[in-house]
Amino acid sequence: MTDVVVTGLGATTPLGGDVASTWSSALAGVSGAHTLDNDWADTYEIPVRFAARLAVPAEDVLPRPETKRMDPSAQYAIIATREAWTHAGAPEVEPERLGVVVSSGIGGIWTTLDAWDTLQAKGARRVLPMTVPMLMPNSPAAYVELEVGARAGAHALVSACASGAEAIGYGVEMIRSGRADVVVAGGTEAAIHPMPIAAFAASRTLSTRNDDPEGASRPYDTGRDGFVLGEGSGIVVLESAEHAAARGATVHARIAGVGLSADGYHMTSPEPSGRGQIAAMRMALRDADVAAVDVHHVNAHATSTVVGDLIEARSVREVLGSDADHVALSATKSMTGHLLGGAGALETIFTILALRERQAPPTINVTDPDPELVLDLVRGQSRALPGGPLAAINNSFGFGGHNVALVVTTA
Amino acid sequence: MAYSEQEILAGLAEIVSEETGLPTDSVSPEKSFTDDLDIDSLSMMTIVTLAEEKFSVRIPDDEVKNLATVGDAVSFINGAQS
Repeated sequence: MTDVVVTGLGATTPLGGDVASTWSSALAGVSGAHTLDNDWADTYEIPVRFAARLAVPAEDVLPRPETKRMDPSAQYAIIATREAWTHAGAPEVEPERLGVVVSSGIGGIWTTLDAWDTLQAKGARRVLPMTVPMLMPNSPAAYVELEVGARAGAHALVSACASGAEAIGYGVEMIRSGRADVVVAGGTEAAIHPMPIAAFAASRTLSTRNDDPEGASRPYDTGRDGFVLGEGSGIVVLESAEHAAARGATVHARIAGVGLSADGYHMTSPEPSGRGQIAAMRMALRDADVAAVDVHHVNAHATSTVVGDLIEARSVREVLGSDADHVALSATKSMTGHLLGGAGALETIFTILALRERQAPPTINVTDPDPELVLDLVRGQSRALPGGPLAAINNSFGFGGHNVALVVTTA
Repeated sequence: MAYSEQEILAGLAEIVSEETGLPTDSVSPEKSFTDDLDIDSLSMMTIVTLAEEKFSVRIPDDEVKNLATVGDAVSFINGAQS
């Protein structure tokens, strides 16, 4: 089977405007969550006053015509794509052999709601002609397709908070099935708008720790009370090992296994026994031909919700058995907040960097670990990973019962 | 309040500049929207929508195809002011 390697990384996140600054902030245990400097909470009586916004606003990076033509979700994807493409050395590839898979969990929500406001206030004649191409959920994928000139296909898989990881998984399949040699893949989200915040708050899934935003995302801590909404994008350049070798590209890691499943259980609650998560991880390990003993790091989905965090930890324990004892578990949403459709992609980048740099990033804010946690959590400070060939798992789960596990191995 | 032709040109240049990234001083009356400023039909409709709001005028869809140059648009908007 065709080996799929990663030759480029790009990101814009609450921790930094690129991969290097995001990674150094993550290793340093910095929180990207802050009190929102607007009056949304007061105006609309929203019980949540904070979020993890981009560290570097998109309008500081992109020229004005681009910010006007793209929903913020596409803007973030384009920023991350330009970094990833440059990082990969702008691969020379036939356009017919170049694919794109870029997902968003929510879509162009700012554009949708702005247009609705305009319609209500000023009527149909003031609704801008670019509204539909900006709000459609495939808009980020389409802009990335235009950016790199891809012709092998441009896709936007949607599976809520698993979207970014599923996009990378589909990108791997595009290369394995022979449809493409190079695929630009990842996820993006820009949903820090009062309506989604109000809606997530209504479902009681957001933390309301308003007096301590930096300490609000605390996966596996007994004081966890929900996730922190984040935004941003992570994009990787995937390439067949053969194509990468032929052009002498630097390989950062391999995406060795893809595992997918659905809970078939509930719209928003993870299935309590973890059967779907377990199935996804087992499928990814089989696909990668990686044994439990080789797994040394897991980047958990762990959003800081009371129920979800523990189901995942038990599932990891079930899959890896006693080999889970030597797994360094990192819950990076403690720092980035939850990027929804961007999360799985950003966390794949963290997993790749953890293996390449042999450093598992920390989980911050865990002052009182949940006694039911059955894994070795990297708390407070980053931890060195051993030398030699290593494998890691990145988990991503989404509303709807979507489960995605990716197995990453060292280059 | 009616806008002068100079004010309409300046306002239109701002809209076109925001849409295309071209400097405002390149948006002069003799410039063709399609040939010189590389504006596609969707961008043209965006410019029309924004110009209608800015100058409080109505630019009917049938009229847009007659607006070949920036000067055409300035003249039409000037004449359409009540």
